[in-house]
Amino acid sequence: MSDKLKIYPVINFSDEQEQLLEVATNFCRNRWPNERIRQQIKDEDSIDAYVWQEIVELGWPGVAIPEEYGGSGLDLAEVVTLVEPMGQYLLASPLVSTTVVAQALIVAGTDNQKSHLLPAICEGSVASQALSEPHGDWDLLNLNCKAEREHGKLSLSGTKNLITDAHVADIILVSVIFEGEPALVMVAKEDIPQSSIRRETIIDETRRSYRLCLDGIAVPVDNLLRQEDTIKALNRIELVSCLLHTAEICGANNAAINTVVEYLNTRKQFGRFIGSYQALKHPTVQCLQEYEAARSLLYYAASVFENEHEGEVAVRMAKAQAGMAFSFIADRAIQFHGGFGFTYECDAQLYRRRAIWHESQFGDGNYHRQKLAELLL
Amino acid sequence: MNKTDNELDDFRYEVRDWLEKNRPKKPDFLMPQSFMEVGTDEQFHYLREWQQKVYEAGFLGMAWPREYGGGGRSQILQDIATQEMKVGKFPFMINAIGVSWAGPLILNMGTEEDKRKYIKGILSAEDIWCQGFSEPDHGSDLGNVQLKAERDGDDYILTGSKIWTTLGNYAKYMILLARTNPKIENKYAGLSYFLSPMKIQGVDPVPIQKLTGEYGFCQTYFDGVRIPASCLIGGEGNGWRVAIQTLQYERNAEGGAAGGPTSEIPYVHEVIDVARKIKRDGKPAIENPHIRDQAIKFLITEVACRANLVRDEIPSLVIERPQSLSMSLKGYGCDFWQKMQEFAMSLQGQSAAYYVGDDLAVAGGRWHRAYFNSFSTTIGGGTTEIQRNIVGERILGLPKS
Ligand SMILES: Cc1cc2nc3c(=O)[nH]c(=O)nc-3n(C[C@H](O)[C@H](O)[C@H](O)COP(=O)(O)OP(=O)(O)OC[C@H]3O[C@@H](n4cnc5c(N)ncnc54)[C@H](O)[C@@H]3O)c2cc1C
Repeated sequence: MSDKLKIYPVINFSDEQEQLLEVATNFCRNRWPNERIRQQIKDEDSIDAYVWQEIVELGWPGVAIPEEYGGSGLDLAEVVTLVEPMGQYLLASPLVSTTVVAQALIVAGTDNQKSHLLPAICEGSVASQALSEPHGDWDLLNLNCKAEREHGKLSLSGTKNLITDAHVADIILVSVIFEGEPALVMVAKEDIPQSSIRRETIIDETRRSYRLCLDGIAVPVDNLLRQEDTIKALNRIELVSCLLHTAEICGANNAAINTVVEYLNTRKQFGRFIGSYQALKHPTVQCLQEYEAARSLLYYAASVFENEHEGEVAVRMAKAQAGMAFSFIADRAIQFHGGFGFTYECDAQLYRRRAIWHESQFGDGNYHRQKLAELLL
Repeated sequence: MNKTDNELDDFRYEVRDWLEKNRPKKPDFLMPQSFMEVGTDEQFHYLREWQQKVYEAGFLGMAWPREYGGGGRSQILQDIATQEMKVGKFPFMINAIGVSWAGPLILNMGTEEDKRKYIKGILSAEDIWCQGFSEPDHGSDLGNVQLKAERDGDDYILTGSKIWTTLGNYAKYMILLARTNPKIENKYAGLSYFLSPMKIQGVDPVPIQKLTGEYGFCQTYFDGVRIPASCLIGGEGNGWRVAIQTLQYERNAEGGAAGGPTSEIPYVHEVIDVARKIKRDGKPAIENPHIRDQAIKFLITEVACRANLVRDEIPSLVIERPQSLSMSLKGYGCDFWQKMQEFAMSLQGQSAAYYVGDDLAVAGGRWHRAYFNSFSTTIGGGTTEIQRNIVGERILGLPKS
């Protein structure tokens, strides 16, 4: 029984990962400097088409897609090394949602869907997922939206929310109840009337989130993913999302630490740099240590992700730890900037908002610890 | 030197096999929980014998040079042997100060003569080592130590006292930080470092009782003790540099130790076992949602500490702050252990009232004792607060406090 509790992590870090981490870090640093983040908050899109095109040319949407569908056939561990720097520079691209949808298709897509949609994703189609509903439950099986057969088509109903980048998505993966069971349906851009999509006001202003009213939308029956694999696909979606969100969190966490340290090293009070006060220094060190722990768990999770059980345990541990660590530093970042920390201009709010958003997506620490207790105790 | 996985596995089984065949018989007295808690002669002899046996079997000092008594083999083999000893819950190496910091220091900075004289005795536990850094008035402020070492011809004369000297009453040698020049303005430049004999005229280690009621450390008085100048290591006036190097070993920030565990290692799964046996509201405590959540939190930190060690081996994953993980090892890990042992006590309901010696004490009072003893790790070797200063200043580049 307690053998499950004897966990000895391994981390494999491939040459590809090392290269991608370096390339992605440079890319994000060059394309997404701080002024760019502030500019983008005012824009309609979370990322400009030009930068997304570059990401596509670099082949990143297809990194974890098999070669037979035009991808690079690498693992999600490689995607982690792309997403971590994006988190660091607060570059909220649709790469995560696109990767997640591709993974769901690999698990539950029909041959026809895979051979059409996966190559399209590799070539730059943006994909998003519509899994949440206004009840706010993290349980992806708590579904009220429906699909019904009508005139040889699937007619959809209900409301989905928290769909990132929906307005630019070429395809949206929607979870519904179909014939009494959970199902996943692909909805193409063309099938969604403009009026069915409405932008939401979310805490993290570097992202774009939309609500989708499904009433009146009908799609071909062929858009249904293999229904018998729905649960498997939803599990995959949850875990892949957790892994990639953890990567984003770790990146942003690192940036938040640097922001705090910079202020502690420049602001003076009572004739001394405030970083010399232990009331600020010591918690900042604790934040660093919690972050380092999160990052170690992230790369452990990335290394064993495909192992049944161990992968799930590792990724839930990583998300729980990362969420806690990021909230900790982001919260302290506001306090340690004093009055300036209370302003919109101070970057502390960017991190605190982002940390809250991440905790709201795919489970916070309490949620994952409860799942871990079920898996391990 | 690259070994195949098969060879490593074979070695692991060889160690495991030897360990199981030679597991020392369970003592009929209370065992100490770390090298800092050795308070009776029977504990001392039991542990010393075990270390000697492990050394003679070739599983200690495996990566140290052959010519001085080491095994001349690869570090990875030693790491495997150490892990087997830890996981299998074998007794720890009593001569920890020798094995983990005096030894690496001597191999790194000592003369050829020092190496020939000291290394083998460190490994075999023939010569027990202790550390004379802290003084009654100077602990965290180590650079300010005042024990006097006055040059007199070819000798130095030591006067003053050291305190919290772990194993002081059993030790044959001490790594000693003393003041050779009290006049110099820079306090650090007045320090020198000695490999100093303990069993000589004028050295008097007096045991001090610990908060657990047991023994383990001493106040060591030096009353005009004469030692030869050849005991100096690193040269006169360079004591601070040598002390800092020692602390790198002590805080696990730098490798080089001979291997083997140096304390009983508590695991989260053992705490969870306690929670399975104890009752809350008529049910096993582990069914209580709050306790489950706490247990999983500790487990996450335990796994993270191990993952930190693994990641630290991958240069491109520590590129931004290369020393961050190794320098936080002690502060972060010891804090976690302490909280975990406190949790193990708090689980026990009414039974938490008992201590070692009562037949109703859970696990013989192990967790209470471990909680108390855990302060040896959050105070000894530089307190957690001092560790935070160091990480803040060296890793994050924050200004000095
Ligand atoms: C079990 C045990 C075994 C030991 N074994 C040995 C040994 O073998 N050899 C040896 O030489 N020493 C040994 N020590 C001593 C140990 O290294 C010292 O106790 C430790 O360095 C703290 O020094 P101090 O006791 O003088 O406390 P102080 O330095 O007086 O500290 C008191 C409190 O103030 C805090 N503090 C002090 N300075 C600062 C600062 N600048 N910023 C923030 N907080 C600060 C400390 O963290 C602590 O909480 C041992 C200690 C213990 C508990």
